[in-house]
Amino acid sequence: MELTLLIDFGSTYTKVTAVDLAAERVVASAKGPTTVQTDIMVGLDLALSSLEQQLGQKPVYGRRLACSSAAGGLSMVTIGLVPELTAEAAKRAALGAGAKVVKVYAYQLNSKEVSEIESITPDIVLLSGGTDGGNKSVITANASALASSKVKAPIVVAGNKAVQDEVTATLRGGGKDVRVTDNVMPEIGVLNVEKAREVIREVFIDHIVMAKGLKKAEEFVEGILMPTPTSVLNAAGLLARGTDSEAGIGEMMIVDIGGATTDVHTAARGTPTGSGVLLKGLPEPFLKRTVEGDIGMRYSVAGIIDAVGIESLAGSAGLPAEKVEAYLGKIGEDVSYLPQTPEEWSIEVCLAGAGVETAAVRHAGTLENVFTPLGEIAVQHGKDLREIPTVIGTGGVIVYNRRPREILQKALYGQERPFSLRPVQPRLYVDDLYLLYAIGLLAEVDRDKALRIGKKYLREL
Amino acid sequence: MSAMPTVITGVIGADAHIIGNRIIQKVLEKEGFKVVGLGALTPADDFIKAAIETDAAAIIISSLYGHAELDCDGFRGKCDEAGLQNILLYIGGNLAVGRHDFEVTRQSFESMGFNRVYPPTADLHDFVSDLKKDLGLGD
Repeated sequence: MELTLLIDFGSTYTKVTAVDLAAERVVASAKGPTTVQTDIMVGLDLALSSLEQQLGQKPVYGRRLACSSAAGGLSMVTIGLVPELTAEAAKRAALGAGAKVVKVYAYQLNSKEVSEIESITPDIVLLSGGTDGGNKSVITANASALASSKVKAPIVVAGNKAVQDEVTATLRGGGKDVRVTDNVMPEIGVLNVEKAREVIREVFIDHIVMAKGLKKAEEFVEGILMPTPTSVLNAAGLLARGTDSEAGIGEMMIVDIGGATTDVHTAARGTPTGSGVLLKGLPEPFLKRTVEGDIGMRYSVAGIIDAVGIESLAGSAGLPAEKVEAYLGKIGEDVSYLPQTPEEWSIEVCLAGAGVETAAVRHAGTLENVFTPLGEIAVQHGKDLREIPTVIGTGGVIVYNRRPREILQKALYGQERPFSLRPVQPRLYVDDLYLLYAIGLLAEVDRDKALRIGKKYLREL
Repeated sequence: MSAMPTVITGVIGADAHIIGNRIIQKVLEKEGFKVVGLGALTPADDFIKAAIETDAAAIIISSLYGHAELDCDGFRGKCDEAGLQNILLYIGGNLAVGRHDFEVTRQSFESMGFNRVYPPTADLHDFVSDLKKDLGLGD
């Protein structure tokens, strides 16, 4: 039996999943530590031997595909002109490419900002600015500033095509590694992030894998194909849309709550569900990812507290605030601490629920009633997700929890925030086997099989 | 590269009357302009942001509900602040509430820094030829 091996080099754990593609069956999965600081293969070998133990034999692997968010993931800096226009479009392109966007810059860079980019040492810089035929001076000036800077990262140029040649020449003149792609915002109100995403992924495969100490792993695996969030977003797209021969499960939201960050992915159009609603703001991509860097179960737990307040958290856990504080102290001291008592589990569930709620609210669109001399008009910003049929939860706290429904329900529409357009009555699923990344990778091999495996193994609550 | 300049257009403030503005957009497109139509209910700042990003030569504002003076307060100053010193500002429509002398309204908007001010009865051909003249395009 030949197995397909899928690997996720995560920030903390290296997860491996063995799939019998012919039988469309997940045979086994295991994890080991991510040992990127020393030798990435040490942790991978541990995970693989655990896999072998479960299988009871040394398996024969056919395809071996990996994704990675190890060594800080794919860190990016994005640059645009107007904050709400090209700077926002560039940020969305980077997020959609699975990056961790460290900082977004708008308008002409000053020397302090250039030094800041130098000290951030991003993996990739995305330079945009100006619609096609629009503003030329700012992107040109920013290219000059980057050309004479100490920034070593590859620079992806995705701005005004009228000055693309000039911008590229300036950057190359400064010895920079430059990739050129289509403008992220060719016209006002048109978002064109797909090409930039592809180029970012190419740079990731060509450069970043080497730079992150993952090269050794590439001798064993066929390729580290993409950042982990990209494979999850791919999985969302495949599961939602289906293929020519296999139906998908419809539009969806995936909530992934980790220790440091919380990702929300949607594969949904998000167009208004009511009539007479005016849509404002940038158009939304079908596949959208947002990342909350201040929402996480361990390293970023302070962000959850800031968002909801300790009293409200204690109230929902039915415990005094001192108990919540004591628990926060414990997990602050030891990030690997897991709840031991029913009270601690309650706090953990409420923390996760509050994190999921905050992240879902930030991802979802809003509806605002504007009072005009002509009467009341409903204005929508972002995606209306109220009618999407599916929400999938993943991440340790949801997967290893006996009360995942309580956590995931917090992602849904609620009367206390009637203008946050979150799903109203979706089916809830849990990614028990940590399969979403694997489905995204498998989609590169066989989309039909990847889709059927996903449909088979995601557990409905 | 198109030789014709980019112009921004839309209905300012809390005004949802879009039809007249759409007609203006069509006329300008037919004349070869690159038109960025921001639609109804457009805040003043959004006109300016779009003009920066597209390097627009003119902003053409529609307003029908009579509150344009409030909506356009400080508009020229904001443009100056945003580096759009030479941008042409046009406005047209029903610019004041109730019966009023249009000349007074015109002067008021001109003093606010608008280059051209049009009543609801303006002929669009005149408007287009004004725009071309102001942009040095000739007819």
